[in-house]
Amino acid sequence: MADIRNNFVGIKSPNPFWLASAPPTDKAYNVERAFKAGWGGVVWKTLGEQGPPVVNVNGPRYGAIWGADRRLLGLNNIELITDRDLYTNLIEMKQVKKNWPDRAVVASIMVPCEENAWKAILPLVEETEVDGIELNFGCPHGMSERGMGAAVGQVPEYIEMVVRWCKQYSRMPVITKLTPNITDIRFPARAAKRGGTDAVSLINTISSIVSVDLDSFSPNPSINGKGSHGGYCGPAVKPIALNMVAEIARDPETYGLPISGIGGVTTWRDAAEFLALGAGNVQVCTAVMTYGFKIVEEMITGLTAWMDSKGHRTLDDITGRAVQNVTDWQYLNLNYIAKAHIDQDACIKCGRCHIACEDTSHQAITAMVDGVRHFEVKEEDCVGCNLCVNVCPVENCITMDALPAGSLDKRTGRPVDPNYANWTTHPNNPMARQAAE
Amino acid sequence: MERLGSGIEAGRLSSNEYASNFSDLHPRLDKHEALVASDRCYFCYDAPCMTACPTAIDIPMFIRQISTGNPLGSAKTIFDQNILGGMCARVCPTETLCEDVCVRNTAEDRPVEIGRLQRYATDIAMETGRQFFERKAASGKKIAVVGAGPAGLAAAHRLAVNGHDVTILEAREKSGGLNEYGIATYKSVDDFAQREVDYVTAIGGITIEHGKALGRDYSLSDLSAHYDAVFLGMGLSGVNGLGIESEDLSGVEDAVDFIAALRQAKDKAAIPVGRRVVVLGGGMTAIDAAIQAKLLGAEEVTICYRRGKENMNASGYEQDLAASKGVIIRHWMQPKSIIGKDGPNGAHVAGIEVEYTAMIEGRLTGTGETGVLAADQIFKAIGQTFEASGLGALQFEKGKIAVDAQGRTSVENVWAGGDCIGRGEDLTVSAVAQGRDAAESINRMLAAGAQPSSAVA
Repeated sequence: MADIRNNFVGIKSPNPFWLASAPPTDKAYNVERAFKAGWGGVVWKTLGEQGPPVVNVNGPRYGAIWGADRRLLGLNNIELITDRDLYTNLIEMKQVKKNWPDRAVVASIMVPCEENAWKAILPLVEETEVDGIELNFGCPHGMSERGMGAAVGQVPEYIEMVVRWCKQYSRMPVITKLTPNITDIRFPARAAKRGGTDAVSLINTISSIVSVDLDSFSPNPSINGKGSHGGYCGPAVKPIALNMVAEIARDPETYGLPISGIGGVTTWRDAAEFLALGAGNVQVCTAVMTYGFKIVEEMITGLTAWMDSKGHRTLDDITGRAVQNVTDWQYLNLNYIAKAHIDQDACIKCGRCHIACEDTSHQAITAMVDGVRHFEVKEEDCVGCNLCVNVCPVENCITMDALPAGSLDKRTGRPVDPNYANWTTHPNNPMARQAAE
Repeated sequence: MERLGSGIEAGRLSSNEYASNFSDLHPRLDKHEALVASDRCYFCYDAPCMTACPTAIDIPMFIRQISTGNPLGSAKTIFDQNILGGMCARVCPTETLCEDVCVRNTAEDRPVEIGRLQRYATDIAMETGRQFFERKAASGKKIAVVGAGPAGLAAAHRLAVNGHDVTILEAREKSGGLNEYGIATYKSVDDFAQREVDYVTAIGGITIEHGKALGRDYSLSDLSAHYDAVFLGMGLSGVNGLGIESEDLSGVEDAVDFIAALRQAKDKAAIPVGRRVVVLGGGMTAIDAAIQAKLLGAEEVTICYRRGKENMNASGYEQDLAASKGVIIRHWMQPKSIIGKDGPNGAHVAGIEVEYTAMIEGRLTGTGETGVLAADQIFKAIGQTFEASGLGALQFEKGKIAVDAQGRTSVENVWAGGDCIGRGEDLTVSAVAQGRDAAESINRMLAAGAQPSSAVA
């Protein structure tokens, strides 16, 4: 059976499923429950500096968007870092780590961007004997207005500076948590690496307004008729997170930098995808806030079963396996030609493939053949765009089949070229590099 | 009265039992249920449900409107095509129409609950009294509609929308036709039929005169003389007879009368029913009568149908419903004679002699094997017939009024629709479609100012 024990920058856990720094990890009660349920590790909810605790709003903190049957797809929150006393948290962290020596406990920290502030808190955290620290440079709401969280994460120089302090004043492994609210994730990642970080974790939440109350015209969640942008997370953000993880994993400057993948991980499959794109482990929040801690059982058994079925023995066999296949558009093979194919036995005849193609794409799917409703791909018009596959309600009913080399592409009337050829050498590309004469 | 008393007696059940038995078969979905149900619609292109609906309601659109929190917009989509969408949501055999062809059946064998979603939207609109149509400028044209049933009401509404003044002549005391008198009580539990008539006529320009029977109080030629156009939607007033001995014995009744009496009764305990009931026929009327006899407390209710299960006009769903209520359906069995017995009030039915049947050389034939079913009440539900007078030279086909695809009859400026014509299925929804389409045809004729030649020569 596959071994899914995780070693992330020296922090060991029985599985790669950690809980992200968030409401579910705010206190010992929750974390104990999570460990009992089987979670491999937690990043404790972000600690602030010593002093009066932060305060939270006393109205709604969360907003959401839903899919069919009110399945939660995206969650947004305006909750701040822990609003409990620093020492209460530290004492609980120490006790929990003592109770669960085989699990990972990481402290998330957010203090003002001043050397003394970091210098003051790091020994306090170190004394708890937790496994490492995560620097919260990601939180996009509230704390960022006070010059912390995303306000730091959006300035690579600050990231580098703070990471350097942490490495200087602590011997704990440092994980730098990045905000996605930037233009190019590679810049903050490179800065963190320059500062000497042991790893990065991403993504933190995305600045968002989930909805507007059309009676009061207040954004949601509404606090006495007003709303503020929150941090967006959940299944809806996973594609954004996967791309950012991949960008760091394949960037020559950060290549090999350990990554803790965060963003919409809901099932084992999501986790496996993050690992494949270069993450060493994953952190989960929205899924447990939706379904409770028990889902980790599905994640553990699902990941193990998949690894067994594919012959992967350890997490190292998976991590980064897809990175080499992430490339720039200009290197995609323009001689690869696929056509949609509709399995008539699986087709339920809803006609959505037809209307999507007819109204918005290439008019390549029939609606009626010989007076009967019938949906079939017209290969001479199909550009292989995959829209029909995406709108079909039946999985695997429509497939994209690659044309074998040498066969006729009915759309162009030309045989499929067996040779790889991309945009960089395409005759229509004015920047095409000429072959040496 | 005791539950098992023999003879035809009222009050077999407790008041709680009556209340429970005659509650709504499919209560209205609440908002949550409606959202869950509407989520299942795929918003098909060229949707099969829409094609299957005789009134061609844009079903994917009205369901999408429900799912997006716009039930009034949804109701408008329904009423655009079918102003009696509220009753159709209750009585349509959706299992053989829209829901039968729902693509969800292919993968899951469970369609979107179209009928119940339609009721959700139309109920909300009707309860708020929201009217979606305004009359066009008065045309000055007067149109007579015979019969205030589904066909007549649908025609009248569409004519009124187009600015014409409509007078509906109705033979019975109440409007609604079969919606009022012919629907099983559990399908439409309250005074919905009357509320729907009020909702339809609230558009204005529609006058209903009750107690006016064609052939008795006026003739078609009277109407032609006084109105710019006439729509005939008087339905079927006759019932088929068995043509067997002792058919008029006490205890042998027409199922349609039983159903009508039950619908009109405020107190169901006042409706007498036999201890052992036999219903003859294989259509919806037979099912409705049988189920309701059972719900009234009959101990044993048996439907006898002279052909097989697959030949029954009642849908499989209706047959299963009857079975679930404890009705026994016996196939390949036809009535041979009614058996009577003298009682305190004279001769009364005591049983029915039946003969087994079979298809022999393509013909339904009695096998000669007979038996007797004990019965103290027998309902005839073997079809209704067109019976009318005062129609002058109007032409018929197969005993019903002959019309073309637009509903035009053989007589100039006279249209017809609903059960009294020889086209379409005998469903409320078909009657609505025919009434509506005839109104459009009338409107086109009036707008053109042209005198059309008669359609059926």
